[in-house]
Amino acid sequence: MQQKNRSSSRTSVTRRALCAAIASSPAVSLAQLRVEITGVGSQQFPIAIANFARNATMPAEIDAIIRADLARSGLFRIVDAGSQPIAENAAISLPEWKGRGADALVVGSATRLADGRFDVRFRLLDTVKQTQLDGLSFVSPASDLRLTAHRIADRIYEKLTGERGVFATRIAYVVQTSRTSWELHIADADGANSQAALRSREPIISPAWSPDGTRLAYVSFESGKPVVYVHSVATGDRRAVANFRGSNSAPAWSPDGRTLAVTLTREGNSQVFLMNADGSNVRRLTTSTGIDTEPSFSPDGASIYFTSDRGGGPQVYRMPALGGSAQRVTFNGDYNISPRVSPDGKQLAFIGRRGGRFQVHVLDLASGQEVPLTDTALDESPSFAPNGRLLLYATEVNGRGILASASIDGRVRTRLSGPSGDIREPTWGPFIK
Amino acid sequence: MKVNLLRTALAATVLAFAFAGCSSVNLDEQKPAPITDASKGAAKPGTDPRAIVAVDASSTKPIDPFTDPNNPLSKKSVFFDFDSFVVKSEFQPLVEAHGRYLASNKPRRIAIEGHTDERGGREYNLALGQKRAEAVKQRLMLLGAIDGQIETISFGKEKPRAVGSTEEAWAQNRRADIVYK
Repeated sequence: MQQKNRSSSRTSVTRRALCAAIASSPAVSLAQLRVEITGVGSQQFPIAIANFARNATMPAEIDAIIRADLARSGLFRIVDAGSQPIAENAAISLPEWKGRGADALVVGSATRLADGRFDVRFRLLDTVKQTQLDGLSFVSPASDLRLTAHRIADRIYEKLTGERGVFATRIAYVVQTSRTSWELHIADADGANSQAALRSREPIISPAWSPDGTRLAYVSFESGKPVVYVHSVATGDRRAVANFRGSNSAPAWSPDGRTLAVTLTREGNSQVFLMNADGSNVRRLTTSTGIDTEPSFSPDGASIYFTSDRGGGPQVYRMPALGGSAQRVTFNGDYNISPRVSPDGKQLAFIGRRGGRFQVHVLDLASGQEVPLTDTALDESPSFAPNGRLLLYATEVNGRGILASASIDGRVRTRLSGPSGDIREPTWGPFIK
Repeated sequence: MKVNLLRTALAATVLAFAFAGCSSVNLDEQKPAPITDASKGAAKPGTDPRAIVAVDASSTKPIDPFTDPNNPLSKKSVFFDFDSFVVKSEFQPLVEAHGRYLASNKPRRIAIEGHTDERGGREYNLALGQKRAEAVKQRLMLLGAIDGQIETISFGKEKPRAVGSTEEAWAQNRRADIVYK
């Protein structure tokens, strides 16, 4: 109850701040961002993040990471804080920062300790009410400084918006580095810090995080045909859970992590089946004579959205997860695939082909209103951030596969940094407990 | 095909050397063993232990129908139109040849591997490639092949034969390949 009250008052603070932001100075400095941001809108919360004071070289630029995280969310406008570091214990004139157009200010420090770890401290200050909203110290090994920066960004985001931040979550994606080399990578939500979880000489597609964030289900062609595996990320233990005659693909987890929906062809064309997460108790869910694939559970686990060509071209349909009749969900255009439901169950992201361009679209399930989210032409694999505010997707720029994220209102789009090679098949992991 | 012939020829040559080795003369048993005697033997055709008679395996081996370009069985790829899984009439001879072969060779097993061009989603293309493989399988079964002989799988757009975003490359990649096990 207490939490709820705080939450709603924060939201109203943010609303006032957003209104104020419209009138404030548009000066923006994005020079230090590692990400390329386009389409910055005006109704964003203006925040200044000063450089952190430090007594040693930091292996990760905490201040720059926080700025990039908040900017990428689409809800913040980064106000230039100058180059002068400001420690969390410095004397600060909040009205002066208000005068510079910042409704909030972040200051902090990173102190290298004798044992090599870093003591990272920050304060989040409200320049309008002239109060402190947050202040914390983290002691972190040098190798975890990026994660510490993401955690600070998450706290700032939550204090100012009332919603959980997703910056400390992880993503997975596939990189093809040559005609005979594929890697499944796991990285921070900003694409940095990527590590290979699987290398193969055959294709890997369709990774999907388990709801607890410990396992990935995916399709690997390593045995000469598509087989669905479940892979424990921390141990590397993996097992084939769907290896039936024909093709096995498109794994999707139920919200409770107990059930996998998969596409099997053991009875002919591609149809959606359900199975226990260990591969047992296989039962057919869809029954069409054509293609049914790309299952995706609604957040309440009651419905499954999927792609089907039962009406001619591919469209998105929905049916009860316990079985029953399917209803068509997409009606515009003749090619709509790869459905993903938002965490609140209210929106559907999918790839729609319009005029030869494959673009991420978002459909409001209540009103049926649909908007394209990108201006690229070869988008694939949309994946919601666990707070529903951002969509991660694959696209192609200058002939190379890259990952991009877009705020759900389409105002802010970001290209993520990553390793070289063709990058594709992103999937956004859950909140880390 | 060339590789197979080469292998056969090599095997024949190795065998010839092996037999030559078996009939070599042990110096201890051949007490007087004058050099002139050995050269006399070489003069008689067919008795020289070091003689080599070349055998042309290509003239004795039956023609492999799967590699003979004049045999429709040597063609194993069915190509499709964009977004289509209809087996076009130009592939009827190919389909008939494999269907009849499987019908009269029931122990033979094949995989049909469906492929698509690069346009569109990966999973939907995987399903479309599967549908292409399945369409070829149905045609083979109409000709007498049985279900247990044929596994249909798909690579979708993951393993293109031709690279590039041209209509020529796309046409090469929209296909189903018959692969004998």
